[in-house]
Amino acid sequence: MRWRHAALIVRSAILAFLIVLLELCCRAGFIDSLAVIPPSEMIASMVDQIRSGELNASIATTFSTIFIAFLLAVVLGTAIGALIHRWSRLRDVADPLLASYYSVPTFIFYPLLVALLGLGKAPLVVLGILSAAPAVVISTLSGLDSVAPVLMKLSRVHRLTPAQTLWWIVLPAALPHLFTGFKLALSYALIGVIAGEFILSGTGLGYAISYAYQSFDNRTMYGAMLFVLLVAVTANGILYVWEGRLARRRSRG
Amino acid sequence: MSGQAQVQLSDVVRRYGGPSGLQALGPVNLEIRSGEFFSIVGPSGCGKSTLLDVAAGLVAPTSGSVRFEGKELHGEVPDGIGVVFQEDASMPWLSVRDNVAFGLRTSGLPKKEVADRVDHAISFMGLAQFAGHYPAQLSGGMRQRVCIARTLVLRPRLILLDEPFGALDQQTRLLMGDELLRLWRETGATVLLITHALDEAAMLSDRVGVMSARPGRFIDMIDTKWPGDRDSRIVSDPKFGALTARLWSSLREESLKTMGRVA
Repeated sequence: MRWRHAALIVRSAILAFLIVLLELCCRAGFIDSLAVIPPSEMIASMVDQIRSGELNASIATTFSTIFIAFLLAVVLGTAIGALIHRWSRLRDVADPLLASYYSVPTFIFYPLLVALLGLGKAPLVVLGILSAAPAVVISTLSGLDSVAPVLMKLSRVHRLTPAQTLWWIVLPAALPHLFTGFKLALSYALIGVIAGEFILSGTGLGYAISYAYQSFDNRTMYGAMLFVLLVAVTANGILYVWEGRLARRRSRG
Repeated sequence: MSGQAQVQLSDVVRRYGGPSGLQALGPVNLEIRSGEFFSIVGPSGCGKSTLLDVAAGLVAPTSGSVRFEGKELHGEVPDGIGVVFQEDASMPWLSVRDNVAFGLRTSGLPKKEVADRVDHAISFMGLAQFAGHYPAQLSGGMRQRVCIARTLVLRPRLILLDEPFGALDQQTRLLMGDELLRLWRETGATVLLITHALDEAAMLSDRVGVMSARPGRFIDMIDTKWPGDRDSRIVSDPKFGALTARLWSSLREESLKTMGRVA
């Protein structure tokens, strides 16, 4: 515990040092302000954009898209995972596909999705799901694999119904794996949606960054980038802490 | 009810993968009296665990019949049977208390009754100090106690134990044997114990059935004639040595068979 605490301090110190170094290099003119602006400027720009409300519409669009994509990825991924787990033949077919899935750059299908679904939320949601769902499928499979056979026997000894077995034994037993999948799914949905907006879209945070970039508006661009970064880190941090709490109970001796 | 056959296996055969599959067990005929402590020993892979699964109603016999208290079982576990497995079947996400209470989740008993039974089982198994702990914080022996307590709250009339102490060290096993005897005396339940430890069978049981190599059949049935109030101190009784020796002489040949050798 003490070492974990120390590691946290060291990690934060390194990060703080790099930020201060960047700040100094920018201020001293070692780095051209057309390339990178000082971190303090980024923060000021982010605060300005949030205060003025100019990002509000983008924030609402992007996060609702990410949320829908994440939710659908979790539902679809869990269902598909459970299905593949149930039928071993299906698994023989699907396993190599799942294993190699993330070597395919999903983004190359985005233009196709836009052509098929138009330039709205739909292609972005689909792109988010395509990025996120396979991670959920994979973690659902390993979660269901991890349920000890003896617990399934126990369910029969206690004459549990299939629903009771699912809620009382299978889900809690598989939860650590499922949670890893959900965490990955959130990150992948976020990446998928924002990258999609970046490539081709009329709204959203990705579009805002891309637009600022194309109009040489470095200050706005870095402010928006910082905002996306902070949200991503915070969302993941919350899940990380939550996961840690669940895991500690099970493993600490 | 004491003295009557509570468990009755008649010509039980179990094959893997349908009627033409590998024969794992039988034909076996067995009657266990109500309140009896019955153990089964046999070489590894002889179908001991299969026999337990059949007697519990977890699997149906390929042919023959299984009766519990006169009613025939068809591959489902009837009320009144508790099973303790060799593998750790505690649930790591539940505290000791919740693990024990799990046995009564579907019982529909009033909360007060559930709490009383859980408290009693926890203190009976010596877990009172650990009620709020999680299984990961306990030793293997303690976790097995949790599983036994979870069975106890159901007040089973027949307790089936499948090598419950197989993963424990010798000292812990002897002590757990004492606990098991105490439990058997105080609950009045029938006990069917599967074990590979000859000394365990010799020390704990009223009767010991010795099984052959696969497909498992009974090749010897030994009445130990121990008094009801026995405990692990009988290991110093000369009769204990004689019993263990007899078990081994019945088993030696069968064990050699499973190792692919001729006696």
